[in-house]
Amino acid sequence: MKKITKKLLSHHNLTEEEYQKILVILNREPNLLELGIFSVMWSEHCSYKSTKKWLKTLPTRAPWVICGPGENAGVIDIGDDDALVFKMESHNHPSFIEPYQGAATGVGGIMRDVFTMGARPIANLNSLRFGEPKNPKTNYLVNGVVSGIGDYGNCVGIPTVGGECFFHECYNNNILVNAMSVGLVKKNKIFYSAAKGKSFPIIYVGAKTGRDGIHGATMASAEFDDYSSENRPQVQVGDPFTEKLLLEACLELMNTKAIVSIQDMGAAGLTSSSFEMASKGNKGIDLNIDKIPLREKGMTPYEIMLSETQERMLMVINPEYKKITSEIFNKWGLESVEVGNLNDTQQMKIFSKNKIQCNLPINDLVKNSPEYDRNSKKKRISVKHSPKKKDIPIKESFKKIISNENFSNKRPLFSQYDFQVMADTVLGPQESDSAVIRIHNTNKAVALTSDCNPIYCKANPYRGAMIAVAESWRNLCAVGAKPMAITDNLNFGNPEKNEIMHEIKESIRGIGDACSLLNFPVVSGNVSLYNETNGKSIYPTPVIGGVGLLKNYKKKATINLEENGKIFVIGKTYGHLDLSMYKKIVFNEELGQPPNLDLIQEKKNGDFIRNYIDKFNHELIGVHDISEGGIIVGLAEMVIKCNLGVKIKIPQKKNKKNWLFGEDQSRYIVVVREKNSIENEALHADVFIENIGVVKGNGLKIEKLFEISNKELININSKFFMECFN
Amino acid sequence: MISIVVFPGSNCDRDLKVAIEKTLKKKVDMVWHKTAHIKKSDMIFVPGGFSFGDHLRAGILATKSPAMKEVERLSKKGVPIIGICNGFQILTECKLLPGILIKNTNPKFLCKSIDLKVDNNSIFTSSFKNNQIIKLPIAHSQGNYFADKKVLNSLEDNNQVILRYCSPKGQINNNFNPNGSMNNIAGIINSSKNVFGLMPHPERAIDLTKQADGILFFKSLNMYL
Repeated sequence: MKKITKKLLSHHNLTEEEYQKILVILNREPNLLELGIFSVMWSEHCSYKSTKKWLKTLPTRAPWVICGPGENAGVIDIGDDDALVFKMESHNHPSFIEPYQGAATGVGGIMRDVFTMGARPIANLNSLRFGEPKNPKTNYLVNGVVSGIGDYGNCVGIPTVGGECFFHECYNNNILVNAMSVGLVKKNKIFYSAAKGKSFPIIYVGAKTGRDGIHGATMASAEFDDYSSENRPQVQVGDPFTEKLLLEACLELMNTKAIVSIQDMGAAGLTSSSFEMASKGNKGIDLNIDKIPLREKGMTPYEIMLSETQERMLMVINPEYKKITSEIFNKWGLESVEVGNLNDTQQMKIFSKNKIQCNLPINDLVKNSPEYDRNSKKKRISVKHSPKKKDIPIKESFKKIISNENFSNKRPLFSQYDFQVMADTVLGPQESDSAVIRIHNTNKAVALTSDCNPIYCKANPYRGAMIAVAESWRNLCAVGAKPMAITDNLNFGNPEKNEIMHEIKESIRGIGDACSLLNFPVVSGNVSLYNETNGKSIYPTPVIGGVGLLKNYKKKATINLEENGKIFVIGKTYGHLDLSMYKKIVFNEELGQPPNLDLIQEKKNGDFIRNYIDKFNHELIGVHDISEGGIIVGLAEMVIKCNLGVKIKIPQKKNKKNWLFGEDQSRYIVVVREKNSIENEALHADVFIENIGVVKGNGLKIEKLFEISNKELININSKFFMECFN
Repeated sequence: MISIVVFPGSNCDRDLKVAIEKTLKKKVDMVWHKTAHIKKSDMIFVPGGFSFGDHLRAGILATKSPAMKEVERLSKKGVPIIGICNGFQILTECKLLPGILIKNTNPKFLCKSIDLKVDNNSIFTSSFKNNQIIKLPIAHSQGNYFADKKVLNSLEDNNQVILRYCSPKGQINNNFNPNGSMNNIAGIINSSKNVFGLMPHPERAIDLTKQADGILFFKSLNMYL
């Protein structure tokens, strides 16, 4: 037996204390296979050991929540026996090393999480974060990631309908690729992973196991250094065609009574899927590893158990349905093999050549995984007062912002995604603040958005995370949807550092407080830590994936303009410029605190907008939330989309710069045909409303200040992404 | 009855079924690619998607399916056959339509709504006005129509080009050619005029797009039925 040395432990990313815990659980030394299994099951990626204490504090319940965190994805009830299944997951580390495959397999993995629960995926979103464009790697990474996402989703035939793409120097050496998938299922057809049944067979189906991705979960639980690209063999390779076959075959089989429980092989592959199923069902498993279909010769049990080959599923089958099971998989050209059996021992026994290779107590390993209450401390940021900078004219500042990579028209990016397949896309990318997808064969629709402002989160992780939740809520209201629930993807640096742990705790507290007040539960999520290279961490980036519901997809709002439309702003404008995109882009300055957030006001304004969209849809022209860049960027986006002009009058006694670029929260631009109804309704609802102008001409005109033609605006706004993908 | 051939990797088969049921009120039979006998059908659709994962070359592996042999046989009997996107690629690979669809000049996948000019001189487009400009979604990375000069000339001489990419005002030139197709070709029919292949997706423009131009396409089929 291989001796367990310190070097071997460190290679497995296990600490001395964790090893001592293993010895207590086993009452003996583990062999190498067992050590490997402990290392992936106890990796940050699989065990959430640094965060689970805090994740437990999140609000996860509401009358419409069918299944909260802990399963493959969260599930909510949307009426008429329909349920939505959704989750967001990161593939950050692999995507930096191999952008195309890293992103593609991220999309594949999250869709498997959704269809494992019996739901057909109906939409995908992506939240992407890259380093600054002048970084020599950025363009290669953007191109690789976008192609990877597109090729995978397009081939499987699930529309990619939206998301974000944000650039900042803090992601120069650690990009973020967070993929979200949403699926539709009938309430009585949801599948779970807990193993059930007496000595029922365990079936392996899908791609053959290869050596790719061995220790992927461990890699995702460590920092990068300059040699990280040598980890390329740890990146999995995706095959969307097999995924499509697996999707159709599983959904077909789910229409029979064959499947008792099912789990996809994601991070930590066969190990985590088998342990999760057994642990949730309080069962034991005898696994014959010689039966696993292999792609390569000479693979050891260690390699087989730790491989992260994609497009594989593990399921417990009712033995009466063995025949139909293999018939359906054969029809779809998939290999399905019986690889083991359930029992009541609660032990995981792995056999090879009739010899026992591994014998581990399942519950001790899963339920007693380490849980850390790591030290945390706020890092004192020395406030540098920036030297007084030269004043830059407003028009020039505005042009700089609207042509910046973070505001550039993303059409060349989104057009690489098939956003219309399945023929239920009501509002695709960039048409409105959320994507809107019709629930097949009904008039209902689901609204989807993903949000996070990392600059806010860096300065104040608590308020930054609250704002991310509020923005998600706002984006859903802005299309007329009732916000239902969120999934979150928490991206941070190394949790062993006090200041990072502080960011993690504060962000989770912020999400929790905002979600509680808005009655917007967290039903699924993912944590990605160690997003650091050479000791330099990314900004805290807790991405919020929001899901809302429209009763009637025809009663929606888009960021639309119409000649002679009256333009209003709902919500008060104070002119908060600290940490704004104006400060960042024009002066490269990130100082101060994020804008204040009053959640009561947020709720009031959002409820008002949603009711107005519903009641006065015939008078409504367009709605757009006001976020990064302020009122002027919101207006410019509407002008660019519709190629119509607006004439804007800045209210008296307001500082022009603050009014135009300020990023105060809880505001919306609303464009209507007649003034009366919205003013009356706002008065009635006690919501602040301000008439700021009219749709007219063919330029963006700020009275007594400047004008820019549509042509020029569209031109400078489209440049960055057009060149990026050329 | 209308048949739709389904391959492993097809992903517009359901959308097509829904569109046919909504617009034509006809029964739809989903024909698995291994079927060697297709039931008596008024017309047969070959849907979009990634049959066999586009392995080897888009559309080529599907030509080996028993159902496609059957489609070839029925096409000779005059049954209308319509291939959309990957279906068009399959029909050219089967030689039911001349030419071939190669990688777009910009090889990236392209999904957008696009203007098209329609020749209404076919059973597939009879509900349109001649030279009507319509909007339909495209979504492909291999829709660049290529044929040798002889084939191209005979297509033009026999009025077999039914759909062309154009400007919103109907100009046909390189600026309004999304993928490099020769003569801006987006859809063609065979010389017997019963086989139609097109890259755009009429089944996606039934009720959610601003212009539901796909409906006129199905209306034409209804007139034939």
